[in-house]
Amino acid sequence: MATQQSRSAARLMMAPAVVLLLGWMLIPLTMTLWFSFRRYLPLRGGDLGWTGFDNYVRFFTSSAFWPSVQTTLILVGGVLVITVVLGILLALLLDQPMWGQGAVRVLVIAPFFVMPTVSALVWKNMFMDPVNGLFSHLWRAVGAEPVAFLSDVPLGSLIVIISWQWLPFATLILLTAVQSLDNEQMEAAEMDGASVLSRFRHLVLPHLSRAITIVILIQTIFLLSIFAEIFVTTGGAFDTRTLTYLIYQRVLESQNVGLGSAGGVYAIILANIVAIFLMRIVGKNLDR
Amino acid sequence: MSLKRALAATTALNLCAAVVPAAAQDSSITIATVNNGDMIRMQGYTDQFTAETGIGVEWVTLEENILRQRVTTDITTRGGQFDIMTIGMYETPIWGANGWLIPLDDLSAEYDVDDLLPAMAGGLSHDGTLYAAPFYGESSMIMYRTDLMEKAGLEMPDDPTWEFVRDAAIAMTDRDNDVYGICLRGKAGWGENMAFLTAMSNAFGARWFDENWRPQLDSDAWSETLNFYLDLMEEAGPPGASSNGFNENLSLFQQGKCGMWIDATVAASFVTNPDDSAVADSVGFALAPNTGKGRNSNWLWAWALAIPAGTNQQAEAKQFIEWATSKDYIELVAENEGWANVPPGARTSLYENPDYQAVPFADMTLKSILSADPLNPTVEPVPYVGIQFAAIPEFAGIATQVGQEISAALAGRQSAEEALSKAQALTEEEMEAAGY
Repeated sequence: MATQQSRSAARLMMAPAVVLLLGWMLIPLTMTLWFSFRRYLPLRGGDLGWTGFDNYVRFFTSSAFWPSVQTTLILVGGVLVITVVLGILLALLLDQPMWGQGAVRVLVIAPFFVMPTVSALVWKNMFMDPVNGLFSHLWRAVGAEPVAFLSDVPLGSLIVIISWQWLPFATLILLTAVQSLDNEQMEAAEMDGASVLSRFRHLVLPHLSRAITIVILIQTIFLLSIFAEIFVTTGGAFDTRTLTYLIYQRVLESQNVGLGSAGGVYAIILANIVAIFLMRIVGKNLDR
Repeated sequence: MSLKRALAATTALNLCAAVVPAAAQDSSITIATVNNGDMIRMQGYTDQFTAETGIGVEWVTLEENILRQRVTTDITTRGGQFDIMTIGMYETPIWGANGWLIPLDDLSAEYDVDDLLPAMAGGLSHDGTLYAAPFYGESSMIMYRTDLMEKAGLEMPDDPTWEFVRDAAIAMTDRDNDVYGICLRGKAGWGENMAFLTAMSNAFGARWFDENWRPQLDSDAWSETLNFYLDLMEEAGPPGASSNGFNENLSLFQQGKCGMWIDATVAASFVTNPDDSAVADSVGFALAPNTGKGRNSNWLWAWALAIPAGTNQQAEAKQFIEWATSKDYIELVAENEGWANVPPGARTSLYENPDYQAVPFADMTLKSILSADPLNPTVEPVPYVGIQFAAIPEFAGIATQVGQEISAALAGRQSAEEALSKAQALTEEEMEAAGY
């Protein structure tokens, strides 16, 4: 049991880290809140005074707001479904003993280390380009008309690009969970005559549920702020403008810092709503 | 112990003290510029400038959109990263009015300010004061394939109408051989498709705002413009046009896949250069089309060098600007790379030079530049200055979003009417937010 003194000493020593962390978090948040109530137009002379809730009302009633929320949710949802489903399958596959396992695992994880802008550029120019892309060559090879992916199915293309990037993360987390699965339990089930599918449903999936929860939570946090991929591929055109991108447009393209900050506050609220929902749905997995 | 510490502290202070004056004495300047051919060429000659003046030059070369964001952020936050910024006709009057740029009203006599083309000097001034020196200027014009035009049995007039351009484009199109009658910009962005469409709309009698700053995108003239553009691209444009900007169209034209291309006059030197262009010997030029309403569809633009207020190297920066936009620099480039490759469109004397008049596109470039009037861009009166833009701070943001709607219409994701009604709504919102 710690004495009074050692406890206060511990607090004192922790103080710098705590202060730093708080500053790190609170200063930007406070500034966003502050700006969101100001009429701040850098190209019109800067800070032009208080404006109450004008920015909030304007951002919310803008014709771009709801479509962007919808786009955000579709994007995040689509990527989550693809990465979790494929992640489980890949994790099970990589768990099988095979020749060159180490090398294969490194290859599978590699996309995660490619920078978002780079991977988006590679996908845009080398795969999805309707004239010179790999897919257009494949399409032509079978006599089909090449598809201009980024203008015909822009949101779907984006989901594919982002899923490709985040699949390794999901696979990695799920693989470690699969590896911790008790082999004897599986053998016992097999001897009792449980089929592959029912072993998967009743043993593997429940065992993985916690890992899946973590994958979903962490990915959601990062996916809500996806930006580089949209910026590089469509620039927000063709209904791919997410809430994050809308805020960028308001702050940098329209040079309206106040309006963008109000959007930032909405984004925080949206992220929290999504997080609460997710916690409710999958939260019980974390309690166990 | 305390002595040691004091010693250490003094040493550190001395080090700081030694570093600071060194930085202040350093007479090198930092220049932000755009990655266009003429700018890259200029970087090759900076050693000569350094040799002449002893002033070092550091380049920050960026892609157009990134450059705009970097310099805009830097100037609004008084960042002070650059001693010279490369900006255009859109930014200069706005920034000059805000007092963010150093006026260029004391340039030397041999620089000969009056030699700058009046349209360029006018567009780079605010209230009669020059705030940026044009490095090169451009308008837009039709570049067309003389061989395809002949094959179609047509002859391009010097000042064609949009009707003629449409008929010619349809006649030239040969989809089986990957030849498309017309290549136009479709990639979203205020400096991409909206530069073209705004200039085009001027010929159709449309305008962005009326005299009371009410957005006019729901007008019949805009609808006529957009429908004409969409129909034309549908009938005679290349596939995937909604992602084609200047560079994509340039490469299509150089490969011989376009019959006509309406774009920046500076492209003329690229499409007539046999090293890069497969069709270099069969390119003709004509004024950008009109509809008989008294305005042509050509724009006016200049990339210019300006000095942000607050730089410590004002004198050095001015020296560099005088060097880079001088007559001597033009001659330096002409000597080394030929007259076709000098930065065009900035100086009257260039177009009076017989050597330059021999360049095939010189005449049409000058005619295009002279026919553009940024102060009276539209058929009906407007409260703004600028041909392919309205020189207000909000325009870039608005036009980029409008450009996205129009690009989506070109991709077939929505109709012209849907695009324009969305564009009108978002423009109204932005203008209201800006306090108009």
